Amino acid sequence: MNIITYDKTFEGFLTAVFDCYDKKLTPITFVGFTEFQSILFGKEHPVITDAFKADRVWKGLHKKLSDTGCKMLAIDFLSELPDVELILYRYIRKVLESNVSIETNFGDSCVLEIYQLFKKVSRETERVRMFVRFQKTIDNIYFASFDPQYNVLPLTVHHFESRFADQSWIIYDTNRKYGFYYDLKSVNEISFDSSKIHPVTGTLDQSAFTEDEKLFQKLWKTYFKEIEIKERHNPSLHKRLLPKRYWKYLTEKQ
Amino acid sequence: MINDGTLEKLKILAGAAKYDVSCASSGSNRPNTGKGIGNASPWGICHSFTEDGRCVSLLKIMLTNYCQYDCAYCINRRSNDIPRTAFSPAEIVELTIEFYRRNYIEGLFLSSGVVKTPNHTMQMLTKVAQDLRTIHNYNGYIHLKSIPGASPEMIREAGLYADRLSVNIEIPTEQNLKLLAPEKDYPGILQPMGIIRQGILENKENRRKYRNAPRFAPAGQSTQLIIGATADNDSQILTLASSLYRQQNLKRVYYSGFIPVNSYDKRLPMLVQPPLIRENRLYQADWLMRFYHFKVEEIVNDNHPDLDLELDPKLSYALRNPWMFPIDINKADYELILRIPGIGVKSAQLIIAARNFGRVNSGQLLKMGVVLKRAKYFLTCNELSSPTINEIRPEGLRRLFTEQTKGKKKDRNYGQLKLF
Ligand code: SF4
Repeated sequence: MNIITYDKTFEGFLTAVFDCYDKKLTPITFVGFTEFQSILFGKEHPVITDAFKADRVWKGLHKKLSDTGCKMLAIDFLSELPDVELILYRYIRKVLESNVSIETNFGDSCVLEIYQLFKKVSRETERVRMFVRFQKTIDNIYFASFDPQYNVLPLTVHHFESRFADQSWIIYDTNRKYGFYYDLKSVNEISFDSSKIHPVTGTLDQSAFTEDEKLFQKLWKTYFKEIEIKERHNPSLHKRLLPKRYWKYLTEKQ
Repeated sequence: MINDGTLEKLKILAGAAKYDVSCASSGSNRPNTGKGIGNASPWGICHSFTEDGRCVSLLKIMLTNYCQYDCAYCINRRSNDIPRTAFSPAEIVELTIEFYRRNYIEGLFLSSGVVKTPNHTMQMLTKVAQDLRTIHNYNGYIHLKSIPGASPEMIREAGLYADRLSVNIEIPTEQNLKLLAPEKDYPGILQPMGIIRQGILENKENRRKYRNAPRFAPAGQSTQLIIGATADNDSQILTLASSLYRQQNLKRVYYSGFIPVNSYDKRLPMLVQPPLIRENRLYQADWLMRFYHFKVEEIVNDNHPDLDLELDPKLSYALRNPWMFPIDINKADYELILRIPGIGVKSAQLIIAARNFGRVNSGQLLKMGVVLKRAKYFLTCNELSSPTINEIRPEGLRRLFTEQTKGKKKDRNYGQLKLF
């Protein structure tokens, strides 16, 4: 009954995999240091994140998996599902212990689970690319906030950086309370006083935005309303394609 | 530049453009060069969905809704007494860029009514695209409508700035087009398509030789067919679509259920509702041709000139061809597995991959996303021994499936009344 505690980073997780192999532990759960409660039955094994150990595991995985296969693990990890570490751990064991690549053995539920979780996280990443809306602030920064179901903001940075190369922007995860700031040169992780974000609108105070921002929002809303074909009105399809939990961030749904 | 007048124009010119259903932003791969604005991603991105459930990817507007033509099916025909207006190219450029910067859109889809001459109109459209590319260093997606009657030179010029060009056929048979749009004819539509096709092929060749050769309509061309404005049947429509895919290398054919806009015109049918189910079936059939290796004559033919409105075309095909089932998913080729109702491209690929490791059973199929309650009548696997199409017979299955769908679709309320 081994409970692994670690720092909740991917590198930390890979270190934990190393330690489990090294010390021949069978983990029953992985939790963050702060989440550990001694009422849990089991022995705590704290893991100190170690770049060298993590790298050993990562290299070992690369010998057995394609690059995409390895990337999938890192992406699955971002789902932050309560038992994602165990899902990954079980899979990693299978991968390392098999002589042949099991990457495409979708009849095995462990393998299929990794693939299907990857699909889910990717879909959420895509939704950030789709539904993020920037508002122009008086400091000339295009600001967007969002609270994706999974921790996928890091997966979208490259997209926004190459697309919006000539404007400064911030994308902020209001739930995880961090974001990314592009200052025309590079992208850096930021986090700021969460009282700046309005709990209902999920964005900054209106006074932070430029005058013409309101005009363009109005133009966009007008456009959105105008292009509906009334004879085809279909609210249930609309809601299926544009789930309600995103509406808060969508200019056209305000 | 942009002011309150812009808002009024936007209302009119977005409303005028909305009947063109194409909104795809895929198929291009234009990098953001020199730290400009935007790029075009190969898979395309939807940014919103209208309340009628259509994807909003592009700012889809008309340069002007003045038009000297009089196509019966079009809201903008010259004999309609409606508010008319025109954008200046600069206004469209600014709208596109400001919308783009806020991540509202993937780009611009610009069309226009015909003013002065087709060439003049085409030139105006091209100017917008050219300004976006050359003055504003904009690398996002641009789709330009090719104006019927524009000269080959004008079309070639447009292709240098656009990602996609489209010429809409609108009416699926030549004689009906003549009837409803006397100023248009098939040669006038097919010729520009040929020019675009040629341009794309030459450009591919050039870019193989010189990597920096300018792109020509890298996202290819598309067209739209209006469904239900004429009596043309599904076989005529899909045969046309199939030949457009094969002979003109079209990327997409769009099907647009006719919205009865000019009900006063006696050449048009009286529709209570646009034929939405039929439109949906045509998209499904189109999908079968493009991704499921179906030939058009397997979907529609002289015996079955119209798609079945009650069942999707793949299921309908299976019921007409019971002899080929059940299919053994542990042995059959990929193409054959794709024919099983309830199995899509993704699950078919998973099955093929998993087979290398051992036999696949029904529990695994379910986990892979196969719709077993449909597929089970058409396949065999390790242990599955439920009755198949051969025992229940096609008629029995038909009853079973139509009852299932009836229960589900109560709320959709798609109805149509044909009065031909
Ligand atoms: S040419 Fe185009 S805009 Fe003009 S009436 Fe015909 S379809 Fe409508």
